[in-house]
Amino acid sequence: MTQVPIALHLLRQAAPPFWQSTDFIDCLYIVAFILLVYGMTGLTGPRTAVRGNKIAAVGMAIAVIATLLRQHEFSGSGTVWLILLGVAIGTAIGIPAALKVRMTAMPQMVAIFNGVGGGAVALIAWVEFRHGFASPGQLSVTPHALGGFLTINQTTRGTFPLRVEIFELFGAIVGSVSFWGSNIAFGKLQEILPGRPIKLPGQALINLGLLAVAVASAVILCTGSHSQALFIIGILVVAAILGNMVVLPIGGADMPVVISLLNACTGLSAAATGLALDNTVMIVAGMIVGASGTILTNQMAKAMNRTVPSIIAGGFGGAVAAPAGAAGSGGGGTVRSTSAQDVAIQLSYARLVVIAPGYGMAVAQAQHAVRELERALEAKGVEVKYAIHPVAGRMPGHMNVLLAEADVPYDLLREMDDINPEFSRTDVTLVIGANDVTNPAANTDPGSPIYGMPILEVDKSGAVVVLKRSMASGFAGIDNPLFYDPKTSLLFGDAKASVSEITAEVQAL
Amino acid sequence: MNNLVTDIAVLVLAGFVGYTVISKVPNTLHTPLMSGTNAIHGIVVLGGLLLMSQSSGVLEKILLVVAIAFGTINVIGGFLVTDRMLGMFKSKDKPVKDTTDGPEGES
Repeated sequence: MTQVPIALHLLRQAAPPFWQSTDFIDCLYIVAFILLVYGMTGLTGPRTAVRGNKIAAVGMAIAVIATLLRQHEFSGSGTVWLILLGVAIGTAIGIPAALKVRMTAMPQMVAIFNGVGGGAVALIAWVEFRHGFASPGQLSVTPHALGGFLTINQTTRGTFPLRVEIFELFGAIVGSVSFWGSNIAFGKLQEILPGRPIKLPGQALINLGLLAVAVASAVILCTGSHSQALFIIGILVVAAILGNMVVLPIGGADMPVVISLLNACTGLSAAATGLALDNTVMIVAGMIVGASGTILTNQMAKAMNRTVPSIIAGGFGGAVAAPAGAAGSGGGGTVRSTSAQDVAIQLSYARLVVIAPGYGMAVAQAQHAVRELERALEAKGVEVKYAIHPVAGRMPGHMNVLLAEADVPYDLLREMDDINPEFSRTDVTLVIGANDVTNPAANTDPGSPIYGMPILEVDKSGAVVVLKRSMASGFAGIDNPLFYDPKTSLLFGDAKASVSEITAEVQAL
Repeated sequence: MNNLVTDIAVLVLAGFVGYTVISKVPNTLHTPLMSGTNAIHGIVVLGGLLLMSQSSGVLEKILLVVAIAFGTINVIGGFLVTDRMLGMFKSKDKPVKDTTDGPEGES
């Protein structure tokens, strides 16, 4: 990729003009977005996904090359070097980060990649404004150079064409919100910031106020003759505060939905930048992400029985959780703790064991240990299955990735709808680091904030063993009556250590 | 102004394409898909490339270099991470097909 600008630079001196004609470049753009769309179609099926991803990457490369061809007015080699510098820095950071990240850390990686995308949109909008307003003489360079479709604005005030202004302002606000929001999401998932909702009184009103200020500033900027260069910085700052304020009050359990939403937002802001720059491939790619991200967000929210607005309004775990916990059936009852040896005996003499893994298993890096346990049990003739809740882990499908990494055969994984009828004939269910997705209150207690959320009905099985770090409630901050059920026993401790201990006991039996 | 109308038409159609493509994705692939679409919106890097040759002043150039670096991280990191995730499913091709076809067939 880094070779491209140099090659182009050489090419430019000898190249026939047709390389640089708008028509040719537009054709390349068409090829690029065909590949992007086709690649993305591939991503929707397990067999075509790997190829789809690569096709999309090729499409992206073609889009970049076409864009560089378009720069026939390259003013000196400085531009080439600066582009190279940017690409080199991005490559130097991006490749190692992508290659080293652990599968458990994938959600925060996606969050941060999404964040930098939003940041790029915001910075581009900022430059557009600085450029447009600070140097009225060249103000129409951008749209002019990109097709010359707009009449050049002759006023000395240096006004952008309105379309550029509106879309860039949209990009500036949404991009900035996305950048800061994603960083907060990253911080929470990485546990740099507390996962608990951080909330101010009247948070919703403050957020609405900030949004109003940002939009009002944008309108003033569009219509008025104020000192625009400062105004755009103001808008970016307000949007930055908004991004922080929106995500901070959201609890860890809702984070995947938030990342998906921010992903959609970045897509839309990229599409807006494309509209401002009259760049087809940016419009197409950005909008596809915007549309698909919106659907994905809704699907995730639905799986958790939450609505997107209520997530944005913030704070599961805040005021809602306290009364719900108190009202929970059997809440405050006694729990029965057990030992690894007892669990091993229980499991070894069972016919069917279902393992319900949750994010706690992933953070403890216990998936390989769990796989060992599964093998040990199978060696004793016990049938083992995995019950995968749609939002187990931190994103839909995350748990499948984690278990695939530990070489768990795919046919042992059961989706929620398939496994729920089987719990009645299950002897022991082993819940590892999962909480809210097993909470029977979702079925029985209309007062619970998660009432109606589809859950793994582990309470229907003969016995339940829960591996937990402590009695702390789940990310949703809701008490789980399952723990007080007489047929439930709890094994406290680090999930990985506990599972290894159980495995050793099983093998020793 | 015609160009704007064309662009908006493209925008709307792309929205429908995105909607159609995504509405039939198995749950299992949601995480790789999110990561993949995440890489695709790295297309904003084009904006940085387009503006670079027209920028003037040190601040603008610095901002654009950062923007291009951000965009590159988004694109390269996104595609690589997606590839890594998908690679884990790849070796178990047939079972993958099995489980994702199952629920659809029943419903």
